[in-house]
Amino acid sequence: MRSNRLRYVTQSVAKILIWIAALSTIAVMILILFQILREGLPILRLSFFTQSPKSMGREGGILTPIIGTVALTVVAIIVATPLGVGTAVFLREYTRESRISRVIRFGTDCLAGVPSIIFGLFGFVFFVIYLNMGWSILSGGLTLAAMILPTIICTTEEAIKAIPYSFREVSYSLGGTKWQTVTRAILPNALPGIFTGIILSVGRSIGETAAIILTAGSSLVMPTSLFSPIRTMAVHFYILAREGISMEMAYGTGAALILLVLFVNTIANGLLNRYIRHRS
Amino acid sequence: MVTQISEGLKAEVKDLNFYYTHHQALKNIHLQIAEKKITALIGPSGCGKTTYLRCFNRMHDLYPGNRYEGEIILFPDQLNIISPKIDPIEVRMRISMVFQKPNPFPKTVFENVAYGLRVRGESRRSLVEDKVEKALKQAALWEEVKDRVQDLAFNLSGGQQQRLCIARALATDPEILLFDEPTSALDPTATSKIEELIMQLKKEVTIIIVTHNMQQAARVSDYTAFMYLGEIIEFDKTDKVFTHPSKKLTEDYITGRFG
Ligand SMILES: Nc1ncnc2c1ncn2[C@@H]1O[C@H](COP(=O)(O)OP(=O)(O)O)[C@@H](O)[C@H]1O
Ligand SMILES: [Mg+2]
Repeated sequence: MRSNRLRYVTQSVAKILIWIAALSTIAVMILILFQILREGLPILRLSFFTQSPKSMGREGGILTPIIGTVALTVVAIIVATPLGVGTAVFLREYTRESRISRVIRFGTDCLAGVPSIIFGLFGFVFFVIYLNMGWSILSGGLTLAAMILPTIICTTEEAIKAIPYSFREVSYSLGGTKWQTVTRAILPNALPGIFTGIILSVGRSIGETAAIILTAGSSLVMPTSLFSPIRTMAVHFYILAREGISMEMAYGTGAALILLVLFVNTIANGLLNRYIRHRS
Repeated sequence: MVTQISEGLKAEVKDLNFYYTHHQALKNIHLQIAEKKITALIGPSGCGKTTYLRCFNRMHDLYPGNRYEGEIILFPDQLNIISPKIDPIEVRMRISMVFQKPNPFPKTVFENVAYGLRVRGESRRSLVEDKVEKALKQAALWEEVKDRVQDLAFNLSGGQQQRLCIARALATDPEILLFDEPTSALDPTATSKIEELIMQLKKEVTIIIVTHNMQQAARVSDYTAFMYLGEIIEFDKTDKVFTHPSKKLTEDYITGRFG
């Protein structure tokens, strides 16, 4: 009797706690979104997206920061995806558990836990100064690439791990080489997982500030090449708010940032679902 | 003492030992595989049937620590297929395998069957199409899937999937086809279809089949080897093994006294 009662009480308390946790998470999220969108949405006219900022961002739009965000993210993804997928394939398919694979795995685990400002410092010292790339799209993109590499490696590895062993055995049994097995039987099945990693990484790249200020600068001039300095939307938002240039414009940029993230996620989800449906 | 067979040989196993690292799973195996006949391997679970079968296409090479000793000579060219000097891929090009559970790739019916051709670099479209169609016909699946070869293989029934796997293994014209309990995951109707198919196939290809179902061995095979604890206890024509086994152990097993 007593133990039954105790179980019942524990059960109810646990349920209440879980509900509180879930509801407060949702409440905080809604509060943030509501605040930024309430202040920011009224600013979002078409010209806000098509004009470059004027007088430090007090007037005009956010065209250059949008270009900056897209350029840096694209560079980061283009560099980090092949490296990350390659590393994961190497770890899973080309090495047995060995000293090398342990060292690489330890390295990526450490990288994943490093605060982004450290990546910024590394990027500044290595890309900006040592390789003499200056504050540029390239320096910033490569720094972001280093930052998201662990995520891509990790999600790809998990995706590969989840593929039934029988696919490999069948591929080999039909005379497949290791490379053919990887490219024809393994990677196509790991694609949804790899894609998830890329989307997480896009989100991180879009939202990063500290590492970018140190490596890509915060220029509002329209870039002309990969070696031009650039400002991203997140950095723009930060500078507008932090230096009290214009809270109005800051909120506008914030709202645009949120819409961009929603847009990317929606498109990505759609693509992923289509891919999965097409295959099953 | 192992019976010598007098027909044409496709393979001869001599003094084969196999080790999973330190665990010896096969002991001094001698066996002859008759060409274009069906050889069945029977024996209680864990006696080494799968291990033995997977020596023929060097599947054990995929995992570290596995070690072969002895010879499996493939005729007519007398190639020792377990020699470390021979590339396992070369062996798998000639000897295909059908696994215990139907395991199609998450690809279309067509691409499943074409897989072996694709990894051989075959890209001539009409040739691939011909071979896929021929293999599906050989596997008695063509009539059922000819209108939906572009459908995903997962949409087929379990028995159809297993016949698809047989077609996939046949598409590259193997010399030997290995079956590891191919019907253990199927219902009786699907099972009898596959058995019929296997008997048809021996006109074209040498077959080795592992089964724990003795009736199946008796129905389909020409020769039967009875294995126990990693050794071949008895090998002979199937009729002989099932009617006049020469060893007490074999008799006990086929009469269901153990296993
Ligand atoms: N990967 C493996 N590593 C170590 N031992 C194994 C492995 N696979 C099978 N064995 C052992 O080898 C013996 C034969 O197994 P197996 O060939 O699968 O038997 P069967 O197919 O006749 O049931 C068993 O004792 C089994 O435990
Ligand atoms: Mg087995």
